[in-house]
Amino acid sequence: MLHTEPERLTQEIRSLGERFGKDRAALIPTLQEIQRRYRGISPLAMQIVADMLDIHPVEVDSVVSFYSFLDAKPKGRYVIRLCRTISCDMQGKERVARQLENDLGITFGQTTADGNFTLEWANCLGMCDQGPALLINEKVYTRVTPEAVHGILEECRQAFGLHALQAEQEHAA
Amino acid sequence: MVSDNVPQDVGRAPRSQQRQTVAPPQNLESLGARVLCTIDGKEVRVPVGTTILAAARELGIRIPTLCNHDDLCVAGVCRVCVVEVEGQRTLQAACAYPVTQPTKVWTHTRKVRQARRHIIDLLLADHYGECYACSRNNNCELQSLAKEYGVDFFRFGHPEKPRYEIDRSSHSVVRDMNKCVLCRRCIRTCIDLQEVGVLEAIHRGHDTKVATFLDKPLAQVVCINCGQCINRCPTGALRANDPTDDVWAAIDDPTKHVVMQTAPSPRAAIGECFGQPAGKAFTFELNTALRHCGFDKVFDTNFTADLTIIEEGTELIIRLYKALVQKDKSVALPQFTSCSPGWVKYIEHFYPQYLPNVSSAKSPQQMFGALIKTYYAKLQGIDPKNIVSVALMPCSAKKFECNRPEMCDSGYKDVDYGLTTRELGKMISEAGIDLPAMPKSDFDDVFGTATGSGVIFGATGGVMESALRCVIELVTGKKVENFYEHAEILPVRGFEGVRYVEIPITAVGPVPDLVKHLVPDWNWLKGATLKVGVCHGTANAKKVMEDIKAGGKFSECHFIEFMACPGGCLGGGGQPIPTTPAIRAARAKAIYSEDRAYTVRKSHENPVIQHIYKEFLTDGPCGHVSHKLLHTHYTARGKYIP
Repeated sequence: MLHTEPERLTQEIRSLGERFGKDRAALIPTLQEIQRRYRGISPLAMQIVADMLDIHPVEVDSVVSFYSFLDAKPKGRYVIRLCRTISCDMQGKERVARQLENDLGITFGQTTADGNFTLEWANCLGMCDQGPALLINEKVYTRVTPEAVHGILEECRQAFGLHALQAEQEHAA
Repeated sequence: MVSDNVPQDVGRAPRSQQRQTVAPPQNLESLGARVLCTIDGKEVRVPVGTTILAAARELGIRIPTLCNHDDLCVAGVCRVCVVEVEGQRTLQAACAYPVTQPTKVWTHTRKVRQARRHIIDLLLADHYGECYACSRNNNCELQSLAKEYGVDFFRFGHPEKPRYEIDRSSHSVVRDMNKCVLCRRCIRTCIDLQEVGVLEAIHRGHDTKVATFLDKPLAQVVCINCGQCINRCPTGALRANDPTDDVWAAIDDPTKHVVMQTAPSPRAAIGECFGQPAGKAFTFELNTALRHCGFDKVFDTNFTADLTIIEEGTELIIRLYKALVQKDKSVALPQFTSCSPGWVKYIEHFYPQYLPNVSSAKSPQQMFGALIKTYYAKLQGIDPKNIVSVALMPCSAKKFECNRPEMCDSGYKDVDYGLTTRELGKMISEAGIDLPAMPKSDFDDVFGTATGSGVIFGATGGVMESALRCVIELVTGKKVENFYEHAEILPVRGFEGVRYVEIPITAVGPVPDLVKHLVPDWNWLKGATLKVGVCHGTANAKKVMEDIKAGGKFSECHFIEFMACPGGCLGGGGQPIPTTPAIRAARAKAIYSEDRAYTVRKSHENPVIQHIYKEFLTDGPCGHVSHKLLHTHYTARGKYIP
């Protein structure tokens, strides 16, 4: 059956409702799942979620804008969050930051043109004894040196390439 | 006759945040023991769970507050009300601290005073703007706090530049977030009290800002313009869109004939702008004051309130006749009132599928506008393009209503400007007039006569009471006084959020001339029971709408009155600030006593109404002419924001 994009999204979000429940308390898990799938929560998605949970869209917007891990605008496939708190700072996070910016060609707060990487600051990842630390999506990297940055980024690119290849093969089959 | 079976409360605030009130004395036993609360050495026994603030009020001890409001749930965010509580390491917010065990409290120790002063200093450090250039000058809670605590310099600095652009997109509400102190009263008003849900806090920490969905301009979101947020804002961050400069310009222009219509609610409240206690109407003093200001003619909106009753009542009779006698399934029942522009925009956004139920009759303001630029213009021989029609309303949504594109049925903009009570108060002061000292004078005589029915439109249940007075007499042929003492239909009065009343029709009389062309006889109504509903505040309107959707008892009603503002028009968003439950009750008293003073108290007995149906609206209520001038249509807006 043919669906318009809003219809498809509504259906998808309603199925999340089956999974997480349809009251206010289901808001965060629902938003996290949408964020994971779409790398951001569109205005339309916010309104569909609000409708389903019987709250107001502006309340969803309020929650999305409050949390750093929820975004209204879609982010890159890999969100790199470098810790900027004092321990990591003392162990050389600044040099790692410059290396990341150099390799990706973007500054903090930006996303690469191909939509692969977003660079952000994080406030303490709790890895103060193993700094500098950074987080890529849900994976933590510790004792990061400027020399290691290239390898880390390459790892991401390869993982994505592999993933894309798989998807292509599946599509062909 | 009032049923207690109202739909369940669907308020969304968590239980812990819901409004906390002291239970009335007769219920105290059920709450268990009272606890001893000692405040500044004075003792009081209060029910468990009473806040320190409420206990202090009982003792007559003043604790300053900012984010706390009698209409809203507890927030505890501003911290201005901090007090010292024995056994607690830190200072506690009196508004959010429930007394559950014997408690000792000190409200003005050195520590408390210093903390409060610093809190106020911190609020001011983020509050841009100069008091003398603010609409709330001299009526600002932040300003009074600063004065009370002797703020004489900005300890933590003062913003020199505005951070945000002022949102002037709405016809009704202007938002200046530079003056916002994040007390969240507007949020609690919009989400909890009204359940419209336009405003919330977005972002975090120092970036926090009260905003609409995706920070869009107010005109692009589902705002119903009720202005309740304006009425609760402690500063000048929210204000009504003020057209007084344009009104003065029209008055000063000798070619313009400036006509004013005044609604009953602002008349019952405008005294508050001049230091008078709430609950005294200044209707006739206001007439003199308006003429002194330079308005050419002053009319009473009550006249078209009467007209609204006739039109809306006739529409109801037509709908009932079609549904009950002609068995027409397409007729939408229950019929909803259409006088409250906030409610109209609410249903356009949230329940557009029920728009056929809304009476097509315009609100009294717009009916008057249409008549002034047609009937009155012809009568006086004035070119309607030179008439400037101004309306004094208790309402910010009326500003949006008069700017609706469909409200031009006279060929011109039917009502040019809607003024709120506060704005007219300002104009009168500007003209150097002390309103309470003015001599009394009557309305101008073209539409001069009004009835008590129009006056009570201002209170919740008023439209219903007026309609019932009219319908009962038209159908039974007997005086309402035979059924209700003084023609006061008490079951529809009061401040209960949702009311349901059944009125049995035991006998019918002959069909009066007014509606003779519509129904042959009343026999089809004999033995029937008229079921009506009344609700005020859109949160209660939502309850009724959900009940109708679920096929509950309100879906079997014949006529339901909806008012967007708590308490009806008298608690409107254009009324003097502050508005609290006590002030609303006082204004209601003023309105009902004004009703009693009228000799003619039923709309259909108004001689000018009878005259106008003979002379001008010749094909009767809901006829061709009245449909063109006095009826309107609605726009299904929906709640999705592109």
